Amino acid sequence: MINFNLFVLPFFLGLLYMVFSIVRTWYRWINTLPSIDKVKLSMVIRRPRQILATLYEVFMEGLIHRRMWKQNPLLGYMHMSFALGWFLLIILGNLESRIYSGTHLNAPYYPIFLKFFIHDKLVIFFEIYTVPGFFRFIMDFLLLFILSGLILAFIKRKKSKWFGMHRTTEQPFTDKIALTCLWLIFPLRLLAESYTAGYYRGGGGFLTQSFGNLLSTITPIASGVVAYTFWWAYSLTLGLFFIMLPYSRYMHIPTEILLIFFRHCGIQPKKWFSGFSEIEVQSCSRCGVCLDVCQLNTAGITDSQAVYFIRAMREQFVKEEITQKCMVCGRCQDVCPVGIHTDSLRLIKRRELNTSHLSDFSYIRDGKPGSCDIVYFAGCMSQLTPSIPRSMTGILEKSGISFLFLDKERSICCGRPLMLAGKDKQTHDLMEFNKTLIRQSRAKLLVTSCPICYRIFCEEYNLPIRIQHHSQFLLDLIKTGKIPLQGIFRKVSYHDPCDLGRGSGIYEAPRELLGKVADLVKVEHEYNDALCCGGSLGIFTASQQQRDMMTKEALQVLLKNEPDVLATACPLCKKTFTKHSPVRVMDIAELIHASIPAAINAI
Amino acid sequence: MHEQRPYRFHRTYPISADLKEFGYTIQDDRSIDLDRNDKRIIDLLKIYEPSIITCIACGSCTATCSTGHFTDFNIRRVHTFLRRGETHLLKEEILKCMFCGKCQLVCPRGVNLRNLVLSINRVIEQIG
Repeated sequence: MINFNLFVLPFFLGLLYMVFSIVRTWYRWINTLPSIDKVKLSMVIRRPRQILATLYEVFMEGLIHRRMWKQNPLLGYMHMSFALGWFLLIILGNLESRIYSGTHLNAPYYPIFLKFFIHDKLVIFFEIYTVPGFFRFIMDFLLLFILSGLILAFIKRKKSKWFGMHRTTEQPFTDKIALTCLWLIFPLRLLAESYTAGYYRGGGGFLTQSFGNLLSTITPIASGVVAYTFWWAYSLTLGLFFIMLPYSRYMHIPTEILLIFFRHCGIQPKKWFSGFSEIEVQSCSRCGVCLDVCQLNTAGITDSQAVYFIRAMREQFVKEEITQKCMVCGRCQDVCPVGIHTDSLRLIKRRELNTSHLSDFSYIRDGKPGSCDIVYFAGCMSQLTPSIPRSMTGILEKSGISFLFLDKERSICCGRPLMLAGKDKQTHDLMEFNKTLIRQSRAKLLVTSCPICYRIFCEEYNLPIRIQHHSQFLLDLIKTGKIPLQGIFRKVSYHDPCDLGRGSGIYEAPRELLGKVADLVKVEHEYNDALCCGGSLGIFTASQQQRDMMTKEALQVLLKNEPDVLATACPLCKKTFTKHSPVRVMDIAELIHASIPAAINAI
Repeated sequence: MHEQRPYRFHRTYPISADLKEFGYTIQDDRSIDLDRNDKRIIDLLKIYEPSIITCIACGSCTATCSTGHFTDFNIRRVHTFLRRGETHLLKEEILKCMFCGKCQLVCPRGVNLRNLVLSINRVIEQIG
């Protein structure tokens, strides 16, 4: 064969190995999916429109890196230059080589090393009818595009702050090799193509030809040999990169495509480790965006962030310690450019590592709760902040609504604290008690003051009734005119509780409610970017001192605009903040209660 | 008020029938041999959750306990069992915890109580 040289072998073998291992792992993942997910998958394959939507999403996320752009334009450009640039280089390179060779089937290495095989000065037949030198120009342009990204990647190593990142991921050895290969590939391609173009005095585009001419004038002797050496080096680094890809973070490139596809099929993360979890773990590109948002940094914990936890999962070496050093506040999940469910992965691992399943809740005696349409469940934490249930009962009594206070005297825990510890069986035991109570009360609406309870009621209990957090409930009451209000309009800044905001997606109801009785001040971190109060039930190993650090950090942000009152919608947040806040901390229910005209004098 | 819980770990001596007839009773022996008791749990706990040594046994945790509203479960007593090394009683007692974490929030000494309960479970399993 004329279009063959020994140096293509490293590339070719590396490519074969990579394709083989990707196909093998994809097959294994799809095989380990739960059967319901397999059904979902086969349903979608029959719908071409959905496949088109998926492909669009793959294009936007995998090549353009839309979410990275939102994070930081420089970061987005860097990722896009690599992904989109390389992708177009492959596509256009293939097109070019097919036109040059005149056949539809080429050896896979042919487009990659085209400039080695073809270096004529003639204008190609095809290009006479279009733009002369079109391919030479576009290929050089794409190479320049990638190289610009490469320069940015170099700068990012030194000045990550310019890219909006204060911390970067520590890389293991395999990643470092793969990274070095990736960084070498394109400069080597540039050198190989330029030297060849310089040696033959033609065949290159605006970049490679001029650079090649320059090179051949500097080193006129044996530039052919030098070019040949660079072609070997180019092929070797490509081959090595392909071989390292399945064992390094670059496995995220093929995996993310699968992840996006699965997500479009409606496949959700499970409570146990499934093929989908495996895909999520492998989709992590270890970009380190999750590092900066993690509040544990404030407390000096820097080795358990989502990226390190997922790395431990990939290496199948997860210690109990790393699973527990997490507040499960959901901030990392919120910013993850790939959209990995970092929290549920963490909980899956906690469940796996939990060994004690014993519990003794026999002391909980079944009481007859009585029955009512509206049932109020304050939650355990509200017992520490009695003003919240007091305000709620006050409001309800003022508005003349009959209700049942389910846990007035003693409360059975909702089970979420146990769930966060990975104790599934115990959680279910507790859930059964509460379910029975709620069922016996014949409630049609369950109102709770605690976002922690609210979240587990919505996600796990499968109750056939409506569940509302008290912020939603009170808003409904006000909208229907059941509570007369006389706002005092103090300056109030609102703290989004993790389980209410990121956990349950309730951002607007509390704000709307506050807007009716107070002047809401803007806060630097709010909505899905809100900070955790530091009282999280998700973390076990943080000491009180570490928690205090996080609380003070959150308070600094919240009190920056000097509000008169710090409002929140969670008894745990209130309790945690009250300890350190110089400003009065009030729950939304308290603020509303204080604004009811008849109650003003009472307070 | 809750019923006084019988201290089952004491040796009981048979009271002879004739003494009982005269209205005499003999109280259970309340002595505990601290040298003989199992100190492994507390020793391991000091490694897993060092904040336990700061406990002043004030009982705030017990006063706020959700489980305590239903039964005589008592974190403070759990602490006593730990100190005395009464493993078998500890095992039964700790299973009742609902893990809600209120005790931790009220602790004036900042003892990390949720991790303590987790660690007790873990240690009990480790030493069997």
